[in-house]
Amino acid sequence: MIDSNKDRNVNISIVLLRVFIGWHFLYEGVIKLFNPEWTSFGYLASAQGPLKPFFFLLINPSIIGWVDVLNMAALIIVGVTFTLGIFEKKGAIVAIGLLALYYLAHPPFPWLDQLNTEGNYWFVNKNLIELIACILIYNFPTGHYFGLNYFIKKNL
Amino acid sequence: MKWSRRDLLKGLGGLPILGAVWWAGAANTVYNRRGRTEILQQLDITPSLPPMVPNIGGEPIKVGIIGFGIRGEQLCRSLGFATKEWMEEMKIEAEIDPKNKALEDFLNQDKLNVKLVGVCDVFDVNAERAINSFSTSEHKVKRYDNYQEMIHSGEVEAVVIATPDHWHAPMSIEALNNNIHVYVEKPMTHTVDETYSLRTAAEQSKAIFAVGHQHRQTLSFKTAKDIVEKGTLGHISLIQTNTNRNDDNGAWNYDIHSKANPDTIDWEQFLGSAPKIPFNKNHFFRWRKWWAYGSGLSGDLLTHDYDRLNCVLNMGIPHSVSASGGIYTHNDGRDVPDVLQVNMEFPEFSTGSSQAQGKEKGMTFCYSATLGNAFSRPTILMGHDATMELGNTLTVWPDMASTRYAEMLEAEKMLPHIPIYQYNPGANVPDAISSATSQYFADKGLMWTYINGERVDSTFLHMREWLSAIKNGGNVSCGIKEGFEEAIAAHMAGISWKLGRKIEWDTDMEVIKPIAGVNFDEVLLSNGKSEIFPVATEQL
Repeated sequence: MIDSNKDRNVNISIVLLRVFIGWHFLYEGVIKLFNPEWTSFGYLASAQGPLKPFFFLLINPSIIGWVDVLNMAALIIVGVTFTLGIFEKKGAIVAIGLLALYYLAHPPFPWLDQLNTEGNYWFVNKNLIELIACILIYNFPTGHYFGLNYFIKKNL
Repeated sequence: MKWSRRDLLKGLGGLPILGAVWWAGAANTVYNRRGRTEILQQLDITPSLPPMVPNIGGEPIKVGIIGFGIRGEQLCRSLGFATKEWMEEMKIEAEIDPKNKALEDFLNQDKLNVKLVGVCDVFDVNAERAINSFSTSEHKVKRYDNYQEMIHSGEVEAVVIATPDHWHAPMSIEALNNNIHVYVEKPMTHTVDETYSLRTAAEQSKAIFAVGHQHRQTLSFKTAKDIVEKGTLGHISLIQTNTNRNDDNGAWNYDIHSKANPDTIDWEQFLGSAPKIPFNKNHFFRWRKWWAYGSGLSGDLLTHDYDRLNCVLNMGIPHSVSASGGIYTHNDGRDVPDVLQVNMEFPEFSTGSSQAQGKEKGMTFCYSATLGNAFSRPTILMGHDATMELGNTLTVWPDMASTRYAEMLEAEKMLPHIPIYQYNPGANVPDAISSATSQYFADKGLMWTYINGERVDSTFLHMREWLSAIKNGGNVSCGIKEGFEEAIAAHMAGISWKLGRKIEWDTDMEVIKPIAGVNFDEVLLSNGKSEIFPVATEQL
């Protein structure tokens, strides 16, 4: 009984984490979807750290349009899979990839300038923490507990 | 199979969340965009595009450099010629500080169709540095002993003049009289008389004449012009512009070269029309500190600020000028002031009005400078409807008592502390998963100075425009009209400071209103407020 209570609490906690991360991604994606002027140019053009040359390649005028569309689509995919609770493992992989890129474009290393940050960070920032949370979601899928996967599991 | 309510909640509970977030995101974006579009539509500002200059084709233009000091070297780099010494130095700088992009920017600069054929400098070391760096195996840069020799050589089509101020006009006039194109540094002239002679020479010459106010190429200034013309700011009654410097270089105490001596410097030629004094290294390298060769803050730095605003507003020569200040921060033998305030009055000037007709007219241009404090005071244009900060970037704030924006302010669609317009040609706005910024940015205008991701130097653009006018015809943005206005305004400021009284301009006669018993050029060339500051001839 104690164990099953504990399982339930863990499930609820991870569901909350999943849904809220999904919420965050979805909102960022939708904002960009409805704003045709949005571009990741500024974020990429001001990139720092070891992968700076890679990010600079992405601001090439022939590529930036694709980069913007892919970024927006990835944000929405993560948002939908996490909030609905389906294909969340695939969603988590996309989220981890995206967050790793965001983290590496502006890494909070003490020897780099910190641009437009709303807090103080030393190697670890909120992007990285959200990334770690996505690893947890990948390893503990909860779509069968709360989400569309619940029906699939029930059918089985 | 039957679904219980519990099943539906657990299986479909995410759907309403998804719906709500989607709706909120869409609604917020559309709402914000509508507000922003409303403001931008009302402002109707056109952000500037980089200038399109026709190709400078054909045979390379044969250019001679007169004066290869600090500025001469910079101008040559804009033409595409950097000395070996500078390249070496910048390579080391970039190794120490990877953010130093001077060399990278230089190497990325487009090549201009120019052949550097000759150099003229009274200091052997300068002339030799140019020859050593710019000569190639098939083409040796020639040294001319003086500017006349260069102009009459038949080998030079255009000259770049970067000498002390007292040489600007004689050299420009000689070149123009021989139909040699001229790019001359500011201030265009050293005396009032010269300003008229140079204007005549430029008007009568077939050659293209340009004054080195490279600021005219700054993209933001073209947008600023549009902002003012559209009446965004309403009636501008006051302009505040400043020089804020607090270091030796800024106070013109440049390095004195170890090889400088009467054998390496043609002292007589340097002096030219200046009072004959014995050889003086201090005067040679730091000439900007004496009225005999330079013009201090009024000619050196006020001219930039005046011309920047004249470029945006086209306000012309001021009706009157009053200046005050003194030598308060660098009492080192100089006779030009190091703290200077200049008020220029434009009683007839108007940028349009949103209020009752006739209520608003006239403007003061207030220049304030010190060489003893480097706190950054921006250039501000103060209008009845809005305030604009003018620099490489532009920001416009609505005024809380604006007539034009009264309704939008009332409805809180505009707030006095939030800019209604920003223009930043080099903007790097971090925004991926971070929150949106509350400010309104110019539509798509954000990246235009990043032509293919490269920063572009305004002096390069200014010289390219001059070279293109030589080859393809067309106008330069700072020609004789603009140069004349700049020079007269600067001279009025210098005379006002020296005489301690208001100097007036007669618009109809196009002369500075005479003052009985005063010869303006004698005043300009005198050693400062001569009764207070003795002639400085100390030997270093």
